Amino acid sequence: MSDNASRTATAHVHGHSEEDYLRCSHGWKSWAFTLDHKRIGVMYLIAILISFLLGGVMALVLRAELFTPDKLFLSEDMYNQMFTLHGAVMTFLFLIPSIPAALGNFMLPVMLGVKDVAFPRMNLASFYLWVFGAIFFLMAILLGGLDTGWTFYTPYSTTTNTAVIAASMGVFILGFSSIFTGLNFLVTINTMRPAGMTWFRMPLFLWSLYATSIIQVLATPVLGITGLLLIAERTLGIGIFDPARGGDPVLFQHFFWFYSHPAVYIMILPAMGVVSELVSTFSRKPIFGYRFIAYSSIAIALLGFLVWGHHMFVSGQSALAATVFSALTFTVSIPSAIKVFNWLATMYKGAISLETPMCYALAFIFLFGIGGLTGLYLGALATDVHLHDTYFVVAHFHYVMVGGTLIAFLGGLHYWWPKMFGRMYNEMWARIACLIVFVGFNATFFPQFVLGSRGMPRRYARYDTEFVYFHQFSTSGAMLLGCGLMLCAGVLIHSLLRGRKAPANPWGSSTLEWKCSSPPPHHNFDWPPVVSAPYQYDHIVYDPNHQGYVEVEDIPEEEDELTNAPVESHS
Amino acid sequence: MSVSSLGISLTGLLAAGNDGTIAFPSQGSTVAPAVDSLFYIITAISAFFFVLIVAVMIYFVVRYRRRPGHDVEKSPSHNTALEITWSVIPGLLLVYIFAQGFLTFLDMRKPPEGAYEIQVVGRKWSWAFQYPNGVVQNELHLPLDRPVRLVMSSEDVIHSLFIPAFRVKQDLVPGRYSKVWFRTTKPGEYRLYCAEYCGQQHSTMVADVIVHEAGEFEPWLQAEVDRMNDLPPAELGELLYQRQGCVQCHAIDNNTTGKVGPSFLGTFGTEQPLADGQTVTVDENYIRQSILDPVSQVRAGYQPVMPTYQGRLKDREINALVEFIKSLGQ
Ligand code: HEM
Ligand SMILES: [Cu+2]
Repeated sequence: MSDNASRTATAHVHGHSEEDYLRCSHGWKSWAFTLDHKRIGVMYLIAILISFLLGGVMALVLRAELFTPDKLFLSEDMYNQMFTLHGAVMTFLFLIPSIPAALGNFMLPVMLGVKDVAFPRMNLASFYLWVFGAIFFLMAILLGGLDTGWTFYTPYSTTTNTAVIAASMGVFILGFSSIFTGLNFLVTINTMRPAGMTWFRMPLFLWSLYATSIIQVLATPVLGITGLLLIAERTLGIGIFDPARGGDPVLFQHFFWFYSHPAVYIMILPAMGVVSELVSTFSRKPIFGYRFIAYSSIAIALLGFLVWGHHMFVSGQSALAATVFSALTFTVSIPSAIKVFNWLATMYKGAISLETPMCYALAFIFLFGIGGLTGLYLGALATDVHLHDTYFVVAHFHYVMVGGTLIAFLGGLHYWWPKMFGRMYNEMWARIACLIVFVGFNATFFPQFVLGSRGMPRRYARYDTEFVYFHQFSTSGAMLLGCGLMLCAGVLIHSLLRGRKAPANPWGSSTLEWKCSSPPPHHNFDWPPVVSAPYQYDHIVYDPNHQGYVEVEDIPEEEDELTNAPVESHS
Repeated sequence: MSVSSLGISLTGLLAAGNDGTIAFPSQGSTVAPAVDSLFYIITAISAFFFVLIVAVMIYFVVRYRRRPGHDVEKSPSHNTALEITWSVIPGLLLVYIFAQGFLTFLDMRKPPEGAYEIQVVGRKWSWAFQYPNGVVQNELHLPLDRPVRLVMSSEDVIHSLFIPAFRVKQDLVPGRYSKVWFRTTKPGEYRLYCAEYCGQQHSTMVADVIVHEAGEFEPWLQAEVDRMNDLPPAELGELLYQRQGCVQCHAIDNNTTGKVGPSFLGTFGTEQPLADGQTVTVDENYIRQSILDPVSQVRAGYQPVMPTYQGRLKDREINALVEFIKSLGQ
């Protein structure tokens, strides 16, 4: 790196020798062309939050329309476009990049104790690819909308006259963004870990990002190619998926789920990583079964490639294939279940404090529990036949993706917020927002399990009157959820304007990112951090003068042994 | 099996009369009880683990909350015996759930010999059910307690036939035949939905299912044949207009909202511009051509989306449709 020399010139001075990353340079160009992973992370954060707002407004419009069985204010065409864009925006623009590209980009190098990712230019490129892809999505809206569902099933998608081409181009480009981020993380973790940062001293969040990156790099190209094939079929009329031209429509579903099933793990693995950090920090306990959690992330990533067929049990695939996919599906649930037990065991005999991030972590365990367990009904063949493509599936994946990914994202956002922006937020109001989100979420999605098992199909603009009660319950819940999220946004924005200055380590966390000041200096650390095992809390004590936690140097020998954390190096 | 008996007693607990249970519509087929009891078994297992997890979580939060005078107590950071236990027990339960789901699924997939066969055609956005004697309906009429096999195909995009009360669902994929079978257990009326998103009017691609009382299905079917044979052409045409799905896309009055095709009202004998710039007179030939090869002469302002009825309508039926459209005036 060319600026190495200037860094060493300042780095040896103990104290705040560098301005923090937010203030070290000024002007829009210093942001637009920045190579600093932290600024890129912040830009990602803003971008995905805008997408989330957009997707969220569409969700509320959809729920409002469903308040009555017949038309309230949306035509069928509008309804179909609305659920398509809601799904596509939420999945491709928000959920997939949320934790890895926004929080991960910011935190990965800091937690690793290095000054940036391996390829800073590629990192910036991945952000602009995201923007570019998002523009194609907007274009799709303007060019006559999109009404295929986020799944783009053929031959509907090859025959509808909406903007399928613009949208698949968008997905294709977003795919590159995702691949770039994944590659960057893999190379950074493999080659740049500083002396002392062995594999088994890596915080679990980094393990989860590593596993996620493997999926991003291996699975995303399949989606990109599928998108291109779809475009080719529409423009050149070659018969790949269209039976009228000798193609196979079910082939598209195989391609699509071969990416999109692993993609759900792109969403949930980083969430599990965040929760591991939170549970350990707020219990002041080393995480129980560290190695298992680390390995199970990798196991989930790899097994996740083998189960795509469980989305297609009634598509006409052979009974044998269905059976094999069903069996494989259940194998993925074991590592997920055990992670939950590990988090609980971490809390055992801890000193648990219910700061906002921990409230989100507990909400995560609750909601992810429901999401994961309802997967059992869908993995089992006989029950899936009835529940497939009903609101039961809608409820299941919202519990996992919203109750899981979004809640963990919010937990992580509140946890790292003081680090990212140097401000504390109002703890009480943040907790109230968390509670409203939790209640609103359950009120929205729990009734949908009942709707589904009673036979209400998904993606219906109009419905039979027997379902009206549950739909109205769900819509009311959605409005409450919307209020909770608005409150949450209000609390965070207020903290930027009025918040108390954050100490370096407000929660008593033990990983490296808390050793630099808040917000971090431009090069993350003024001096090279000393790497030790993560999740050791004995020597971190509260200092009322700082209103934060500081490290004390003298750790008694035998206590270090008692904590029994995974310190052996095997790298 | 203690687990399955728990599931069955839960079934009883939640049963709420004729209308099914809180979780399900009433059971109308022979596989429904097996599906439901597996559902309740999974519910029992899930509820057990979920309550356990949440209870332990709340207990820990209360018991070990951070407060003055309470500090972290040392405890091991792993415990092999414990970890093996909590992997193996859920693992065995998962094997059990998988096996139950698999066995019931085999029953759903294997129709008995000699099942009564009904042809099903799905198209945007209606269903056509054709009986062995040629009667076509857009309601599904079924005999009681006799294995029925539906042989299904789609004319345009993927649809999916879903009868909640029977707990069956199967996609209709264009270009191939798919099959589903069931055996009804109770006379009555049920709902049939399209469960795979198929475009604009997906949510109205719904049909009624009528299971006849014992011995009443055959007479009903015979009466339908007789009725079709006896109707004057224009009335038969109207019936076919309803049953063959024309009604989904074509109005017969001036209210064309939600219809993707032109209204039939007052078109017969008129000159109409075509999408390719030519004009055509709406006469017997044009109507026949439009039914058999719809995309060959598309009217200006409309999409070439109509499916062909080639091979599905007899000459007498096409004539009847022509008569019907003629009767709607010029
Ligand atoms: C890591 C946690 C999980 C995530 C992120 C997840 C996510 C999802 C998503 C997004 C869908 C719906 C896709 C769509 O149709 O739009 C889905 C469906 C499904 N999930 Fe999960 N799920 C999780 C856990 C599980 C578990 C533990 C199982 C089984 C044991 C399971 C089995 C299924 C099945 C079989 C379907 C397809 C259902 C159908 O369409 O009929 N899932 N999941
Ligand atoms: Cu359909």
